[in-house]
Amino acid sequence: MIPSLPRPRWLATATAAYLAAFLAFLFLPLIVVAVFAFNDAPYPAPPWHGFTWDWFLGNAKSNRVGLFKDTALLGSIWTSFVVAVWVTVLSVLIGISNAFLIERKNFAGKQVLSILMLAPLVIPGVILGISILAFASRVAEFVDDTFGLDWEYLRPGLPLVVLGQFSYIATISTLTISARLRRFDRTLEEAALNLGASRPAVFRTIVLPYLRPALIGSAAISFLMSFADFNTTLMLVGADAPLTVEMYGRMREGATPVLNAVSLFLMLASALLALGLMRGSPRNTGAAPG
Amino acid sequence: MSSVAVGSKWHGRLGLGLLLAPAILWLGALIVLPHADLAVLSLRERVGPRHYVASLAQYRTFFTEPLYWHVFVRTAVMSVIATFFTLLLAFPIAWIIAKLARGRSSSLLFMLCLIPFWVSETVRTLGWMILLRESGVLPSILVKLGITAVPVELLYHDATILVGLVYTSLLFMLIPLVSSLESLDNSLIEAAYDLGAGGFTTLRTIVIPHAAPGITAGCIVVFMLTLGNYLTPTLLGGKSSQWFTEQIYNQFITRFNWEQGAALGFLLLGLSTSLVMIGLKLAGQRFGDVMRRT
Repeated sequence: MIPSLPRPRWLATATAAYLAAFLAFLFLPLIVVAVFAFNDAPYPAPPWHGFTWDWFLGNAKSNRVGLFKDTALLGSIWTSFVVAVWVTVLSVLIGISNAFLIERKNFAGKQVLSILMLAPLVIPGVILGISILAFASRVAEFVDDTFGLDWEYLRPGLPLVVLGQFSYIATISTLTISARLRRFDRTLEEAALNLGASRPAVFRTIVLPYLRPALIGSAAISFLMSFADFNTTLMLVGADAPLTVEMYGRMREGATPVLNAVSLFLMLASALLALGLMRGSPRNTGAAPG
Repeated sequence: MSSVAVGSKWHGRLGLGLLLAPAILWLGALIVLPHADLAVLSLRERVGPRHYVASLAQYRTFFTEPLYWHVFVRTAVMSVIATFFTLLLAFPIAWIIAKLARGRSSSLLFMLCLIPFWVSETVRTLGWMILLRESGVLPSILVKLGITAVPVELLYHDATILVGLVYTSLLFMLIPLVSSLESLDNSLIEAAYDLGAGGFTTLRTIVIPHAAPGITAGCIVVFMLTLGNYLTPTLLGGKSSQWFTEQIYNQFITRFNWEQGAALGFLLLGLSTSLVMIGLKLAGQRFGDVMRRT
């Protein structure tokens, strides 16, 4: 069972075979997506018709709209990007604040609050979405009835999408940053204070650099999770669809290989992000946690 | 002296207030109040234009309309099956990563298993659709191999939905399993071997009890995510997917029947929470510990 014990030959062979089959299972869908981005055919399906760049570069003239000419798809990538930036900034900021609240402060109801902070991870994304949708519409109605104001951004749309994604991604950044702050050696801080540094200076020069890996890590995870979110987004989306919703719509209708092209683009982008993170910190290279 | 103490106390209060405000705003405005509002919504009935009365009608409809609870039970059962298969598939891999592979090759293998989950579920599901649809890769291979005469439709079956759900859940099972198996001392396994225990006995009496926290954590997370999944069942199952989240979507977005949708949402939340509680009770663990593990 473990290397230090004798293992029958058949077991070693079976283990290797299982591992190979498992990796094939893992990578087959991704390989297929990547390969059919270059197939010279109107649908992402076999047989192979030869290599083409059409699904990236094609325009109306060649009767094939490639990724770089598909304004709806490009627009949805931009929408996802903007949403993800907002969610990342908000989540990291509240993560820092919550980490200090949980790790450094004592107050009545702290236990309840820290349990409540975990709750968004247990609530299905669809329900987070509908509850925020219903609540926002009630607030909008209230504001309209009492003040006669029309708060446009409480209607389904990007501000609500940002809030919906933020509502659970904030938990993840809180957990990541608190875990790092918990291991911080407070004597460093005291030493700096004794040497006459002001509190803001200590925070900027001692605490923040120490937290840096957790900040970068939680920013990357927040960005990825926001970009990949579907459940919550679907409930709150308005006229501008982020990429996942746009892709979902097209997949239901049977889309052209331009979706493979955009998928390949996503794979390359996340591979770059992963590589960048690994260079930053040799340890801690897990993907998004639950 | 005392003025300094008062000053720092005041300073502490201000600091606490500043740190509490964002947390309370987040949890209050985005979690607590919306769910309270959803509860109110689910407990009322529309009797006229802009006129509502408190009633249990929405919940009653759920029990009297066979379609709703049918889909509800189906979603729960399929989620349990998917969780079980995810555990079955992931356990040997977690064992290889934690125990058989060493040093660099172990972390490399772990990384390799995590890579597919850096891209979104949408992309992975697209891959499965290209593989499994009637004009897709696998059916045409089956024809070439002479196993089937004509291409068969491999999408839109329950088994397809399960494959998709298991695939998309593997990551959340692997991470807690690997970390709980890594902490198992090899000498315990060697001792069991020296005392004459076979592989199965060692697994049952040493490995599984030790890995139980990881197994519970993985199963709970996978179950929750599967129950709440929308994308995989609707795309791989098509019209026959019959997933409960889809019912909620239909009520809320398509039919604009928010009262009914809210009630269905609460039922899903109740199912998810109660099964998580049962799982924790069975394994004798606390919720916070489980969440920290993943």
